[in-house]
Amino acid sequence: MSENPIIRVRDLRKVYRVGEVEVHALRGVNLDVPRGEFLCVAGPSGSGKSTLFHILGGLLAPTSGAVFVDGHDLSRLSDSERTALRRRMVGFVFQKFNLLPTLTAADNIAIARHIAGRSLDHDPWFRQVLDLLGIADRLHHKPSKLSGGEQQRVAIARAIVNHPAILLADEPTGNLDSQNSAAVLRVLRDLNERLGQTILLITHDPVVASYAHRVVRMLDGRIVDDTG
Amino acid sequence: MINKLVFENLKHRPVRTALSILAIGVEVTMMLTLVGLSRGMLADVARRARGVGADIVVRPPGTSLIGLSSAPMSEKMVDFLRRQPHVTHAVGSMTHPLSGVTTITGVDLREFDEISGGFKYLDGGPIRNRDEILVDNFYARQNNLRAGSTLYLLNRNWRVAGVVEEGKLARLVIPLDVLQDLTANPGRISQVWVKVDHPANVPKVIASLKEKLPGYPIYSMEELTSLISVNNVPGLKAFITVIVALAIVVGFLVVFLSMYTAVLERTREIGILKALGASPFYILDILFRETLLLALAGTLLGILFSYLTRWVIMSWAPASLTQMIVPDWWGIAGAIALAGALLGASYPGWRAARQDPIEALAYE
Ligand SMILES: Nc1ncnc2c1ncn2[C@@H]1O[C@H](COP(=O)(O)OP(=O)(O)OP(=O)(O)O)[C@@H](O)[C@H]1O
Ligand SMILES: [Mg+2]
Repeated sequence: MSENPIIRVRDLRKVYRVGEVEVHALRGVNLDVPRGEFLCVAGPSGSGKSTLFHILGGLLAPTSGAVFVDGHDLSRLSDSERTALRRRMVGFVFQKFNLLPTLTAADNIAIARHIAGRSLDHDPWFRQVLDLLGIADRLHHKPSKLSGGEQQRVAIARAIVNHPAILLADEPTGNLDSQNSAAVLRVLRDLNERLGQTILLITHDPVVASYAHRVVRMLDGRIVDDTG
Repeated sequence: MINKLVFENLKHRPVRTALSILAIGVEVTMMLTLVGLSRGMLADVARRARGVGADIVVRPPGTSLIGLSSAPMSEKMVDFLRRQPHVTHAVGSMTHPLSGVTTITGVDLREFDEISGGFKYLDGGPIRNRDEILVDNFYARQNNLRAGSTLYLLNRNWRVAGVVEEGKLARLVIPLDVLQDLTANPGRISQVWVKVDHPANVPKVIASLKEKLPGYPIYSMEELTSLISVNNVPGLKAFITVIVALAIVVGFLVVFLSMYTAVLERTREIGILKALGASPFYILDILFRETLLLALAGTLLGILFSYLTRWVIMSWAPASLTQMIVPDWWGIAGAIALAGALLGASYPGWRAARQDPIEALAYE
């Protein structure tokens, strides 16, 4: 393990309160992710994978424990600080592509830059990304005119347009056929290999998991297995 | 970028957008038409008063400026005024309300011709019989009248002797004594129009009249026409305020509903923006810009509509109603519409801004 991991999680716990009932979604997760790793998180439904991602991505506050992303302590952030963190440091890719339906692919990407307060002028790095994603000629279409695989690649472009420290992909191929899945996974692997993007990916699919450097398995809110 | 999203959002639901704009447009038209009508009709009154050609008006004690009812002053006042120094003409007239805003005026036609230079006849000619009446061209147009037509007013038929150009004294004119007889007001009048030998002497004459006739409202023509304004008509200002308040409520409700459904419908999109790191302020910004656009478009539409209502009024009821276009109210009406709209957008906006992104993304 690298001396300076980009993600460091220590005894992370998350309790959801639903009325009188407490749901212990995370029961003490420990995890280090070195910069540039392509990590796969596997595990049965309800084991806490999405909850872990939501906390790492600043969408959710942890109940207890320590979470560091690129040196920032997430457990002490206010709502607005977590919002700022999402803006600057994290890229999300979801199972449902979650593009804004009224905007073109290009504008879906541009709005992420706008939210981050960055200028929209051309970024040579970003051209490289578009080439790598193979969507350069699809940018002026609305999401409804794109295939699922294309939509997901646009979503990936949007997720990394602000150079996030980590890319979190929650079952990104869950809604795709095997061909489109393979394309999306190749893109993720290229991003990781060529641009050094740190990627965490949730999947149920062993084939998907085979693209990753390392696989951790969760069960009942804990990491029970780690190939690293 | 944000403007593009706002624009696309509005385009995405064209019917909702069009209805919101239409409702705000109607709201703005309501205000502009009402204010335009008040001003237009008062300006008409003032213009017709000026058209008499007098310098001074004397009204009976205790009457309101535009109160048009009854004939509470004795005709003898005319002779008294005619005898005053510098006064060259004095003509009494009686105004009698008919229905709504319509009135009929009785005046000594020979004396009136002297002070005013006479009516301009567009059709027919002067009154020769006691059952004849003069109507102005607006009234004639509205009621399809020409010289020789019959008109039923004050429980009897009149023959239209002539159609005169509007802008002098009144829309309906009959001889003074005929009106006095018909309304059982013998020897009584509503006001006296006074002409002075030289304009420079008007203040002097007014001063001396005020001394001799304490309690009588006496106005120079400039004073009279400047006093004929929204502020001086009892109740009119309150009426306008009530209508404007109603307009605000309508605008508020429409925008509230429109934005509320928009926010519900876009739950997922708002969640996406928040997941991308958009702050609550960013979300509010989008909704308020949409609201601003709706209000702006609605205001423009409302201004256009006010020309339409004027056209309708001028072609259907030019004699009873006059609507002015009031550009100084465009900004006010627009600001009022915007305020109502922003108020309407604020609760939906607040809901959107504090939406939890995880829940929103799970929302179908
Ligand atoms: N908002 C919430 N309120 C209450 N309980 C929740 C909430 N979100 C998740 N949970 C519960 O927390 C546990 C972990 O959920 P999580 O979504 O993290 O699982 P997961 O591993 O992502 O499952 P899946 O593979 O089905 O996506 C589950 O028992 C779930 O029911
Ligand atoms: Mg999940």
